Amino acid sequence: MINHAEIDSELIPILDQVADPEIPVLTILDMGVVRYARVKEKEVLIKITPTYSGCPAMDVIGDDIIKAFKEAGYMAKVELVLAPSWSTDWITERGRNALEKYGIAPPLEAEADKAALLGGQKIVKCTLCGSTNTKLVSQFGSTACKALFQCEDCHEPFDYFKCLK
Amino acid sequence: MENNNLYNYILGIADNSLILGQRLGELCGHGPSLETDIACTNISLDLLGQVRSYYQYAAQLADDGRNEDTIAMMRPEREYVNVLLVEQPNTDFAYTMARQFLFDVYHFSFLTQLQNSADNTLAAIAKKSIKEVSYHLRFSSDWIKRLGDGTEESNKRIQNAINDLWTYTDELFHQTEADKQMISEGVGVDTSKLKEQYYNEVSSLLKEATLEVPESKYFQKGGKKGIHTEHMGYILAELQYMQRTYPNLTW
Ligand SMILES: [Zn+2]
Repeated sequence: MINHAEIDSELIPILDQVADPEIPVLTILDMGVVRYARVKEKEVLIKITPTYSGCPAMDVIGDDIIKAFKEAGYMAKVELVLAPSWSTDWITERGRNALEKYGIAPPLEAEADKAALLGGQKIVKCTLCGSTNTKLVSQFGSTACKALFQCEDCHEPFDYFKCLK
Repeated sequence: MENNNLYNYILGIADNSLILGQRLGELCGHGPSLETDIACTNISLDLLGQVRSYYQYAAQLADDGRNEDTIAMMRPEREYVNVLLVEQPNTDFAYTMARQFLFDVYHFSFLTQLQNSADNTLAAIAKKSIKEVSYHLRFSSDWIKRLGDGTEESNKRIQNAINDLWTYTDELFHQTEADKQMISEGVGVDTSKLKEQYYNEVSSLLKEATLEVPESKYFQKGGKKGIHTEHMGYILAELQYMQRTYPNLTW
């Protein structure tokens, strides 16, 4: 998991309690937004990176991290870093499964994503029945990271998490 | 301030996105359909998010107690240096998409270059933003094609919008003193080198959309020097209302 982030292992259980406020089934580790977390004598420095620039969840995530660490007996400081910029590749396998169960189709690879969003190709899987007989309703969805789809078999409307690389 | 040119250069980039973001935000709850409404507000949110990164950096450089909010909200009109294009009104959906498309093509190629800036912070903001802007460009390009190649009415309307807004495109490539200084230091993007490609790209998409490329050689300018169209005052009145009415308010 999260192989490219620098995270002290003793901090993982605490970070794993902090959920994404907009997609509560995902922890911030599943999202891949924690880039750095190091502890020194109960003082923790954490660096997080935004999914999208305008993501209003980032401020909340910062507050939630500080709170979770306080409850665990640490003093945490949170910094926002922009580089390297977040990619949907950083969502963990556990995160992708959680997304799908929650009703959000996880991001496809860049080429497939383009084909689904622009080429009208039926490849995004319905989160309810699993059919790929689905259609794009809107390239933009309820939050910046999602597009809106509908299943043509079971008619379920669902979100698709757009690929960002 | 130690680096006034850099500060002004950052504002030159950020003000475009702030004012365009504000314009798109006007459509929140007023878009022509649910999907386009959501799309326009999503794009607005992306732009305002990018703006925050720029103004935070500018505030850090200013180092005089100003923060991102005071820079965004508290300047008088003459100190905003956005191009005239982005302050043009929403008029109808064709205008909104034409304005977006004419800006997105520029924005995308600008950010492509800014990624190589000698300034690490600007390069990082560019790398982050360009991923989002590629979606904006796809969206607005799609709509240009859809409207151009749509009905007689939609073709007429988008052609009118393109014709009217064309006059504001040249200013995208004008350079201020701060721009020139930053270009010479490898921090800024030499926009004069983007111009030809810009018009090529825009023209080829317009043709694909069965639209005519305007031939007008008369162009408007002024925004980059703080001289705005009559629309700007109204935008700022709305943008600054809360901060002006309740100075120093916080959430
Ligand atoms: Zn289904």
